[in-house]
Amino acid sequence: MKITREVVEYVGHLGRLDLESHEVDLYTDQLDRILQYMDKLNTLNTEGIEPTNHAIPLDCLLREDFVKESFKIESSMQNAPERKGNFFKVPPIIEVEE
Amino acid sequence: MKKFYDMTIQETRNLLRKREITVTELTSFYIERIQRYDKDVKAYLRVTDEKALEMAHYAERKIEQGEDGPFLGIPFGIKDIFCTEGIETTCASQILKGFIPPYDATVIKKLKDGRFIHLGRLNMDEFAMGSSTENSSFQTTKNPWDLSRIPGGSSGGSAAAVAAGLCAAALGTDTGGSIRQPASLCGVVGMKPTYGRVSRYGLVAFASSLDQIGPLTRNVTDCAIVMNAIAGFDPMDSTSIPQPVPDYTKCLGKDIKGLKIGIPKEYFITGMDPDVMRAIEESLTVFEKQGAIIVDVSLPHTEYAVATYYVICTAEASSNLARYDGVKYGLRTEGKDIIDMYKKTRLKGFGKEVKRRIILGTYVLSSGYYDAYYRKAGKVRTLIRRDFDKAFKSCDILVTPVSPTTAFKIGEKMEDPLTMYLSDIFTIPVNLAGLPGMSVPCGFDASGLPIGLQIIGKPLDEALMMQAAYVFESEKNIKKIPDTFR
Repeated sequence: MKITREVVEYVGHLGRLDLESHEVDLYTDQLDRILQYMDKLNTLNTEGIEPTNHAIPLDCLLREDFVKESFKIESSMQNAPERKGNFFKVPPIIEVEE
Repeated sequence: MKKFYDMTIQETRNLLRKREITVTELTSFYIERIQRYDKDVKAYLRVTDEKALEMAHYAERKIEQGEDGPFLGIPFGIKDIFCTEGIETTCASQILKGFIPPYDATVIKKLKDGRFIHLGRLNMDEFAMGSSTENSSFQTTKNPWDLSRIPGGSSGGSAAAVAAGLCAAALGTDTGGSIRQPASLCGVVGMKPTYGRVSRYGLVAFASSLDQIGPLTRNVTDCAIVMNAIAGFDPMDSTSIPQPVPDYTKCLGKDIKGLKIGIPKEYFITGMDPDVMRAIEESLTVFEKQGAIIVDVSLPHTEYAVATYYVICTAEASSNLARYDGVKYGLRTEGKDIIDMYKKTRLKGFGKEVKRRIILGTYVLSSGYYDAYYRKAGKVRTLIRRDFDKAFKSCDILVTPVSPTTAFKIGEKMEDPLTMYLSDIFTIPVNLAGLPGMSVPCGFDASGLPIGLQIIGKPLDEALMMQAAYVFESEKNIKKIPDTFR
């Protein structure tokens, strides 16, 4: 058993998921089995092998830097759950001491 | 008279051009079929019939003015993963419900340039994560050949709509088999092009080093026509390959004498459905009769592909899906502070499989496990790529099954994610190596369920694959639409 409830809760926090208790149980069991399966990768000797990040490697493409029209503010904001003028509004990020 | 769903895009366009039918008649034909049959199939999440008829009127005026376009008046179904200006795009997720993109994905723009008709949005596994379309947060799509079975996934809505004759053609995406596996299970043609062949600008990202866009069609000719329009370099996608696109229809009808077809022995495993095995073996004799040469090849790291894939795709997904935070678009659930808002929004907005993959992906990227899982998987990916490089030294294309079984029952694999993951064993290696792969109908099992044959090509060799597929299709002449939908 590699995966415990605490690990799933911690990883959930890192992934910004507020998991419910029954989900933590379910994922603890399932992830443990999936990771055991993935451990078969560690039976392969990969010494000296470079990892593949992109299967079809491309050189970084460059282009002329020119000014062009971008999205109108209104079309960028049209899906905002909450806004104030031309800003996305979010709950408090920094606590203000009284 | 031939029904529209029995015609190629080319044949339908000729009728439109000769004014034997109008675009409105053609569009209404499909809308009426959707109204009649889709309550059973549930391929469409939303039918954009008003938009479709508006586009049809416009296309009619263009035809009157003597204008043309590769899709002038041809009705398409669109997987609900492509940003389309002014049309709700949800990825079958609650977190994107109501999201109206302010721009078109490049593939949508290209279809619009070809004057296509947008029939509606097709169901999928949420964020393209799944092999059965059961992970859609809105509805479960049924396989038109047997409504108690899954259509495959994640492009299950696209495959089912094409198979049931509910659109002329559809677009899908393929990260680990999401075009080829549903195409195989629904008996239609599906192409996953070379990584970088089709621009992904405006595609909702799942796993960026694996995702590719491609067509699902009822025949190889339509596949070539759609590929002609969507392939090509796009400066808006930094992974787009700056190479010219051949006319894929030019390869159709060329013979395959002397073509070397590699058969990887690792793809013919115990536990495979004997009907699938038999159908593939029979198909090889069809290729041989047409002059192809069968050669045995080996892809020794095949058994590590599923583990490699699920490390890489979940890692990339956990990173890509960080953008759904309830700030700029999509669902927001209130919380006491910003972190709490993020967590509650994502808890409520994501389904079970998406959360499972975010957790797995976050785990394999987390401190202390990165080398053991993510980096290790990247190295094994190199070994898998090298296997293909070596195999292609002795052959031109590979032929394999698409899926070890035909369509399974709805609910059968939902409680066991690992078994579900293993159903993609023959399609996943192709994505890891960035190669083009295609599913072509090759027969039916004892209960009448479709079986697909996979053709794998060298990078950018889609034309040769379609050439072989066309020869095979012409010889085999497999039934396309189930009788219940005729």
